[in-house]
Amino acid sequence: MAYSEKVMDHYENPRNVGKFDPKEDNIGTGMVGAPACGDVMRLQIKVEDGVITDAKFKTYGCGSAIASSSLLTTMVKGMTLDKAGEIKNMDLAEELALPPVKIHCSVLAEDAIKSAIRDYQGKNPIDDFGNYHEIKA
Amino acid sequence: MQAPTYMDYSATTPVDARVASKMAECLTTEGTFGNAASRSHYYGWQAEAAVDKARKQVADLVGADPKEIVWTSGATESNNLALKGIAHFYKKKGKHIITLKTEHKAILDTCRQLEREGFEVTYMSPLPSGLLDIEEFKATIREDTILASFMHVNNEIGVIQDLQAIGDICRENKVFFHVDAAQSVGKLPINLSELPVDLMSFSAHKIYGPKGMGALYVSRKPRVRLEAQMHGGGHERGMRSGTLATHQIVGIGEAFAIAQEMMAEEEVRTRGLRDRLYAGFSDMEEVKVNGDMEQRIGNNLNISFNHVEGESLMMAINGIAVSSGSACTSASLEPSYVLRAIGLPDELSASSIRFSVGRYTTEDDVDNAIKLVREKVEKLRELSPLWDMYKDGIDLNTVEWAAH
Repeated sequence: MAYSEKVMDHYENPRNVGKFDPKEDNIGTGMVGAPACGDVMRLQIKVEDGVITDAKFKTYGCGSAIASSSLLTTMVKGMTLDKAGEIKNMDLAEELALPPVKIHCSVLAEDAIKSAIRDYQGKNPIDDFGNYHEIKA
Repeated sequence: MQAPTYMDYSATTPVDARVASKMAECLTTEGTFGNAASRSHYYGWQAEAAVDKARKQVADLVGADPKEIVWTSGATESNNLALKGIAHFYKKKGKHIITLKTEHKAILDTCRQLEREGFEVTYMSPLPSGLLDIEEFKATIREDTILASFMHVNNEIGVIQDLQAIGDICRENKVFFHVDAAQSVGKLPINLSELPVDLMSFSAHKIYGPKGMGALYVSRKPRVRLEAQMHGGGHERGMRSGTLATHQIVGIGEAFAIAQEMMAEEEVRTRGLRDRLYAGFSDMEEVKVNGDMEQRIGNNLNISFNHVEGESLMMAINGIAVSSGSACTSASLEPSYVLRAIGLPDELSASSIRFSVGRYTTEDDVDNAIKLVREKVEKLRELSPLWDMYKDGIDLNTVEWAAH
């Protein structure tokens, strides 16, 4: 399979690999996929004042899955939770020039960030401005 | 780019230079270009002599009579001719055939075709070791069983079936016994003058001969008859028509003759390389050898690296040419049916690698492969949330995955 240069770059030098303590209140963890399907992504965000200040990931999956999650961590840093929740899989797929059979990897990455945001909001039902989060399904 | 190190000798082998030069002598005006069926002139006689010599070389390697060797285009054709030939010729005697789920597709797909023609096929499950359960085989034989087909050495996991034991049972029950020996001939001793085997398929390109060339052994004592699948000029005693490809036949003959000469020494050498390779991985956590390690051909290692994903593993180790436990050209994993049949979960079969070493593999090749694979598996495990969970003592089988 011929991967784009960007996929190869993220695959060879993945950004933000690692793990935060998922029990910490300011950490949101999203884990999506299943080993039998060939992809498991764990994406974690660190949130301060409604802004994602750091992100880490680990991915079991093909080169495109690794690249999609690696790219995602670089994108969300500095974003508000609302903004990060609006990231669409095609933003990743286009940036990485994923072939059609690998689009599902970007879908999984979108699921992962949404899941991480939900996890954070579940732990912190009231945001830093005293308002309740509107938890999106 | 530096060419990857070839460690896929079970897929195919390069033609030995000695074989290639003999083959080249059978093509041009100065060479043995005649038609072996031309009985009226020198060119035909010359080609016939070359074919006869090759037939003897092939027969000698496996302890057969040259009259028992039928030329084919490869092991796939040999398997087709054996199974369809027996089934069609003896269909009045019975319609039941027995084989194993881990056979090569050339057997399984031929059996599917025979099922469409009205035959009944039992596809037995192997033991977790990959070996045939002999007692279960006995129990599977029916009144109307005409044929059993089992491979000598499995192409993926390298396990060696006990031909003597299986053949004895076949003889007791008057069932024809066909063996696909594509992966064993020239690597393991085979003596058909003593083995209770009726038909055996061979390929040239697995032992340094040309692609597109094979042979089928058809026993004369006891006599086995076949219905031809290729009709024409009645070549090969009517069993396989078509002008004999002198250069290809000379190629298989020379390759088999060299194998006979080198087999004992080569077995020791390749086994040594394989054991060195295995030793290089054996201290790693969560690695598993697939298939029996004792009843196994010396040049094969099939090993799974748990908690890394198959496609990214293959991508990472593109400096060596090996086979993976799955075909991952598409979005979905297609795990090996052989590994599935011996009970491997799909994700583990996807992260399996088949190494097969051969005549031109060196110790340096093996050492470099160990270094590369260890480094990449460790890197991918660092990236793997499953590895984290395993290290944290979580049983992955108890996790509820958010499957997508």
